[in-house]
Amino acid sequence: MVDLTPDLAQGRLRQDRAWVERVPPGYWVMGVVLLVIPAFVSPFVMFQIMGWTFILGIISLSLMFLAGYGGMVSLAQMAFAGFAGYMMAIFGNSAIETISQGWPWWIAIPLALFLATVFATLVGWLAVRTEGIYTIMITLAIAAAFFYFTRQNYDLFNGFQGFNSVLPPQLFGVDWRGPYAFYYLTLFFAVGAYALVLYISRAPFGLALQGVRDNPRRMAALGYNVTAHRVAAYAFAGCLAGIGGILLTWQSSQISPGTVGIGPAIDILIIAVIGGLRHPIGPFIGAFIYVILKTFAVDFLVNLGLAGERFQLVIGLGFLIIVFFSPDGVLGLWEKFKAARNRDPLTGESRGQDPL
Amino acid sequence: MSDAATLTGSTATQGGAGYALELRDVSKKFGALEALGGINMMVRPGERRAVLGSNGAGKTTLFNCITGDFAPTTGAIRFFGEDVTVFPAQERIRRGLRRTYQISLLFNGLSVLDNVYLACRGVSRGRFSFKRPRKSDALMQTAEELVETVNLADVRATSVSDLSYGQQRQLEIAMALSGAPRFILFDEPAAGLSPTERAELIRILTGLPGHVGYIIIEHDMDVALRVSDMVTMMHNGRIFKEGKPAEIEDDAEVQALYLGGAEDE
Repeated sequence: MVDLTPDLAQGRLRQDRAWVERVPPGYWVMGVVLLVIPAFVSPFVMFQIMGWTFILGIISLSLMFLAGYGGMVSLAQMAFAGFAGYMMAIFGNSAIETISQGWPWWIAIPLALFLATVFATLVGWLAVRTEGIYTIMITLAIAAAFFYFTRQNYDLFNGFQGFNSVLPPQLFGVDWRGPYAFYYLTLFFAVGAYALVLYISRAPFGLALQGVRDNPRRMAALGYNVTAHRVAAYAFAGCLAGIGGILLTWQSSQISPGTVGIGPAIDILIIAVIGGLRHPIGPFIGAFIYVILKTFAVDFLVNLGLAGERFQLVIGLGFLIIVFFSPDGVLGLWEKFKAARNRDPLTGESRGQDPL
Repeated sequence: MSDAATLTGSTATQGGAGYALELRDVSKKFGALEALGGINMMVRPGERRAVLGSNGAGKTTLFNCITGDFAPTTGAIRFFGEDVTVFPAQERIRRGLRRTYQISLLFNGLSVLDNVYLACRGVSRGRFSFKRPRKSDALMQTAEELVETVNLADVRATSVSDLSYGQQRQLEIAMALSGAPRFILFDEPAAGLSPTERAELIRILTGLPGHVGYIIIEHDMDVALRVSDMVTMMHNGRIFKEGKPAEIEDDAEVQALYLGGAEDE
């Protein structure tokens, strides 16, 4: 009855193949590179560059999910991440034994993630009543309030000091803060979060979220509860940010108000924007650029014979250049490059399906 | 219709109700402006009705009241015997009411198939599902078939923002046909279409299953009269004439009013 066009037939065929065969070649190359890279680079690069990239990538990915698929720009993602880190320190172990409960990791970590998700749900429930710039304002206000609260509250958040010696559990006898173990730990969660977001983007929940982004009124007219979808997106993004927050706390082995300040909150937005909000890979590209600039800007200036304390200028200029050439971030540049490659040099027209 | 069709707010379902859609004394005021006044309209299941009238006659407001986009100021609306006057839009959708919009309200960032799939999914369970649908998924199959029904199979994977205007209108119709509709409201589906596309539209409308009734708002008399078996004429928020297409076409008063109002279209 149905006349299968070659395109659809191919699609069906693709569906029938084992999932291993459906993974694009680029992913295999990237996978191998990421797995073997520790053999070639220093522990500093493993821990400080790659580990930090993956962590910031996960937190920015939570923003990309909200903004790219849901059209909601939230500046509270770092607050959710920090909240999870704080909860883990409070319920688990830290040097502040008067506050930390010392519960085992398998209670403290899920509880921290759960509470971060609840926090994000509540913030989402408030924020989805607003749109555009007002969402940014309300989430910024919440992030700022959380920052000041953690700084002033000594009973629970230990004020200005925060918590130090917040360490990952010695699971399987491995020191997970060792540079290689930590690299693979963060890689595991980064790949997991990336794959999950990519998978969900084509699942009913993700598609509906993109529908809500494009046309909330029509979504309501199709029988969807738009508010519930938006709040659920906040909850999911909050959980993702929470995972990033726990890894971030382990990396620096401490959590303090400085982690959840306004600066870090805005950095997450910058990372997501320079990477690109269209695809879950964007935040990881953005995080890598951010970490490289943040780590090497000082050396770069000093090598040029300039004052190292102006490193923020280099970082700012780097971002400015990227956004100037491509408002869609690095992903936008890639799209442009692909389109240019695909253009017939004689006619200037697209040659159809791009092999890339 | 029995006398149970009262104007009270009873939400009890009445078995064997005679009308698909029943409007009793529906009015809608925007401040001092009365957009609709005392509308009474009974549409049987499977009936195809055209609503005609000049711009500002209240046709789209009438649709908005029926779908629940606006609450009527007074009056009651029954859908297959059930009082839906106070129901939110999504509750009416779940009962089989669909509509298309005058201006295309589509999901521009998604593909044609995704748009139709979302429309199918909206009236079924699993709207929050984290699991990707397979090609063999029943809803995905339905979406594929609907895309073929409106001749968009070749562009099923194309982003909606890359479609022509006519294709977007066809997609609107595919979305309205999703999820076993019982009654559809078409708001100017032929507006801006080429003659070929109009012919295609007429083919789709007349080819709908017999049990699916609809109301169509249409300025193009040619289309409206060919796809309807009853016509309601509206003017200044009120119904002033109802009848078979042939009667309406020949009515001198209608001609004077409708053609007279045509210049402000």
